[in-house]
Amino acid sequence: MDFTLKIWRQNGPKDKGRFETYEIENITPETSFLEMLDILNQKLIKEGKSPVAFDHDCREGICGMCGLYINGRPHGPDDDITTCQLFMRKFKDGDTIVVEPWRAKAFPIIKDLIVDRSAFDKILQEGGYISVCTGEAPEANSILIPPEVAEEAMDAASCIGCGACVAACKNASAMLFVAAKVSHLALLPQGKIEAAKRVKAMIAKMDELGFGSCTNTRACEIECPKNISISHIARLNREFLKANF
Amino acid sequence: MFLNSSVGKKIVVSVSGLFLALFLVVHLFLNFLTVVDDSGDAFVEACNFMERNFIIKIMEYVLAAGFIFHIFYTTYLTWKNRSTRTTNYHVSQKTEVSWSSQNMWISGFVILGFLILHLYNYWYKFKFDESLEVEPIGKFYLVVQLFHQWYYTLFYIIWFIALGLHLNHSIQSGLHTLGLTNQKWIDRLNLISSLYAIFITVGFSIISLYHYLTYVLNNY
Amino acid sequence: MKILDPKVPDVSIEKKWSTFKSSCKLVSPANKERLDIIVVGTGLAGASAAATLGELGYNVKIFCYQDSPRRAHSIAAQGGINAAKNYRNDGDSVYRLFLDTLKGGDYRSREANVYRLAEVSNAIIDQCVAQGIPFARDYAGYLDTRSFGGAQLARTFYARGQTGQQLLLGAYGALNRQIKEGKVKLYNRHDVLNIVIVNGRARGVIARDLVTGEIKRFSAHAVVLATGGYGNVYYLSTNAKGSNGSLIWRAYKKGAYFGNPCFVQIHPTCIPLHGDFQSKLTLMSESLRNDGRVWVPKNLEDAKKLQKGEIKANDIPEENRDYFLERRYPSYGNLVPRDIASRAVKERCDAGYGVNSTGLAVFLDFADSIKKLGKETIEKRYGNLFQMYEKITGDNPYETPMMIYPAIHYTMGGLWVDYLLMTTVPGLFAIGECNFSDHGANRLGASALMQGLADGYFILPYTIGHYLADMIKEKPLPTDIQEFDLAEKEVKEEIERLFSTSKTETVDYYHRKLGKIMWDYVGMSRTAEGLKKAIELIKELRSEFWKNVYVPEQPYTLNQELEKALRVADFMEMGELIAFDALHREESCGGHFREEYQTEEGECLRNDEKFAYVAAWEYQGLDKEPILNKDILEFKEVKLVQRSYK
Repeated sequence: MDFTLKIWRQNGPKDKGRFETYEIENITPETSFLEMLDILNQKLIKEGKSPVAFDHDCREGICGMCGLYINGRPHGPDDDITTCQLFMRKFKDGDTIVVEPWRAKAFPIIKDLIVDRSAFDKILQEGGYISVCTGEAPEANSILIPPEVAEEAMDAASCIGCGACVAACKNASAMLFVAAKVSHLALLPQGKIEAAKRVKAMIAKMDELGFGSCTNTRACEIECPKNISISHIARLNREFLKANF
Repeated sequence: MFLNSSVGKKIVVSVSGLFLALFLVVHLFLNFLTVVDDSGDAFVEACNFMERNFIIKIMEYVLAAGFIFHIFYTTYLTWKNRSTRTTNYHVSQKTEVSWSSQNMWISGFVILGFLILHLYNYWYKFKFDESLEVEPIGKFYLVVQLFHQWYYTLFYIIWFIALGLHLNHSIQSGLHTLGLTNQKWIDRLNLISSLYAIFITVGFSIISLYHYLTYVLNNY
Repeated sequence: MKILDPKVPDVSIEKKWSTFKSSCKLVSPANKERLDIIVVGTGLAGASAAATLGELGYNVKIFCYQDSPRRAHSIAAQGGINAAKNYRNDGDSVYRLFLDTLKGGDYRSREANVYRLAEVSNAIIDQCVAQGIPFARDYAGYLDTRSFGGAQLARTFYARGQTGQQLLLGAYGALNRQIKEGKVKLYNRHDVLNIVIVNGRARGVIARDLVTGEIKRFSAHAVVLATGGYGNVYYLSTNAKGSNGSLIWRAYKKGAYFGNPCFVQIHPTCIPLHGDFQSKLTLMSESLRNDGRVWVPKNLEDAKKLQKGEIKANDIPEENRDYFLERRYPSYGNLVPRDIASRAVKERCDAGYGVNSTGLAVFLDFADSIKKLGKETIEKRYGNLFQMYEKITGDNPYETPMMIYPAIHYTMGGLWVDYLLMTTVPGLFAIGECNFSDHGANRLGASALMQGLADGYFILPYTIGHYLADMIKEKPLPTDIQEFDLAEKEVKEEIERLFSTSKTETVDYYHRKLGKIMWDYVGMSRTAEGLKKAIELIKELRSEFWKNVYVPEQPYTLNQELEKALRVADFMEMGELIAFDALHREESCGGHFREEYQTEEGECLRNDEKFAYVAAWEYQGLDKEPILNKDILEFKEVKLVQRSYK
């Protein structure tokens, strides 16, 4: 398969950035999208050009490091995947593919397609945990949790922190990301004690870092590689109301 | 603290929005009286009741405040949300989200434009036209006769559609923001929201069409 | 040659750890505040250690090359974590977990360490539940368990097929809390490239800021390596792209001994290779072998037809299927340990029974389980794995059997450490996959998570205190001293050397070539001849690499190719040591299979008389043979027998 690639190139945070067009040939349908970029980079290096910088690590859809906005969709034209799980069989021979970085003020571009997502870490540092020191824990089965509650908590906890929700949202809101953590911990008896403090602190940080607010368009939910439901945002709202009144 | 946070702001917007949505039912009920009773007596009776009732009088101010607040506050928030992205995407979003959820400000803006016209057409005249004091049945004719012009009927129907699009997203969104949904109810509320939007749009449109058509048929 | 002293307390096995804990030196809270510790790596071991050390009051600096600590590759562990809770009342105990792990490792691990691991396993589960990890529950709300390879009981706790992710996020949460408290300072997007040794002690590191390319210096009172393993020497593996052995290698060059480098685990259930440009192999959790049955056709003609694509799996009738694991190992069946399963798969494929176009795959079939348990149960247990498989291959495993083939997965070998998890360089500790200690020649499934967290939460915090108690008078070290200058110079020289080549072939080209050599000659089955050849080939390739490698752009700026080049440069040297170690170990054990040493049935043939030791290699210079030092493995609790899963 042959493709025309239009890729966003930007030297650094202050550079204006522009699209560059590359032609790539003889790609097999089993090639993953990132492998296709690898092939492109090998070609660029040999031509003495600078390779495209992009983030990736585990390449099996769980580390959350990769994240490209491909043809108008975060993680590209397939559902419930990360960019590394996108395969070229999802495109047609001869397609033009436009590749952009996540765009949000809270995620400044570092280079080309790499963005700085440390804002996510900063939000979680505000309380995305249960404050238990090593050694303090009681016997595991002394805390009983109904399986359906554990399952729902697990749904929320499966967030990989890739940032597709922010990338998809017209307001660049991080609500789904924050809600996933708030909801996961608020569902469990262990997490209820700090629930009020947690939700207030995390939302305050989220606002401070320049993410937009949620208007319930559900774009985040559609693009979330782990299929996290916006019902967790409803729980966050509930927790927030409870915490304030 | 609460009002400073993005979630707090959203909660305030949903409360104001849901209040306005509720008002529409009352309004629709009143309008139906023009259809139910050809003589206009029922409508005039209802108008008189509302003008004299103390609580309704207060509610009129609350409603006005609600509208003004809702309009200005959502515009402010929309403007603020726009600034969360310094560069826009080159390829526009291909994520399949509902049109109404993405374009609340546009549908809201259309509604506002017509709202001004509407206030001039009715509210202003009801309030300040002294002849209506003397001859209250004039209110009924004022309502009905406006729809004898086809373009007004058309205008209003366009308005009701914009209103429907706005409501389609807003009921579920409002309840969601208030934390009143969960995994089970999220899709049910979507449906309820859409049904409510259809109810309001179709309800108001039927009334306008009814008056237009009865006029056309009677003069044919 | 030296005989190494692992410093294991000389009491009965069940008292060793408690004896150490009650007699080790302590550091007072006021002194802890004056002590700095560097932790490299934010996986299960690194994150849990840094969080716990921060809670204790030490000042911790933690490094990761990714943008966030949460990305460490522990996140990709799927199946579960073992613990001897015996909630099922199925006969589990600390002692039995210890025995299973020791036996699973083919008796090449240190008894005292393995026992300690089993001993703290229960506390890990308690800790994780308290952190809010959503483990699977039964109907009444109690913790659920499942069984895993190498065990006849259900002792594996799990959170869907994402156990590693959940445990890592738990540790990451604990780490975040300490970052917020100011006790831990995070350096993300930093590649640690060298270790600084001052007066014989590890006192700092040199790191490259991956965003600016700047080389930075950091000092501390102790350095903890939690860098993970070196599986990426093989190029294609289940490791993350960035996983590297660089710091293990730097430590080795600075005098830390490298234990059993040839013990590499090959995981039987990975998605088979599809093409030349493939960048990595994806693991399908071992837990799948609970409900999936492994088979190939009985008749060679059927296999040929499958390879040509003339028939499909479902066209082969039941009586013509060979469930070879169940046939060969009736008592463990599909749940034999990984090394045994991998070799059995390879044996069938080598005999021509492979089932895909390359002939390098076997079936993992869920049809029977779906019939027995219903699609819904299977979906609940493995839904995300099935989805992942379908995304990659385009096949639906609910309808056609999965195809699997072994791939490099984990390295049991690593830096040699004593009972205190300290390497032979004082002040340099190694925890998690990057040390050699607990898994012998083969790791059992669901034990890596257990080891990482055991080391980080419950072992290192004690043992490092014992070391640091002697360091309380040491002031924080300035980084402008000669030792730092020298360590930085080494790094810079290597970087500059990478830019002064003929610039012919890319880094990936050489990495792929190295991987091919490693897989062909130092892979699932090894021979003396092949290993010697591999050593020659690696030497050649290495000199070619240094002459011709093409690293584009500038050295001191964001440069992903340079990051790769630095890692591959180390792999080029490491591969040789792996082969060298494999050549010296004239026996077969666990993941190390030498064709010359096998039983009549093709199983591993150990040589306990000659090789019941940990080979701890001491660096002598790149062109010199390393010195072999021995940590003699004494087995007081078990009698060494031929491992049998029949």
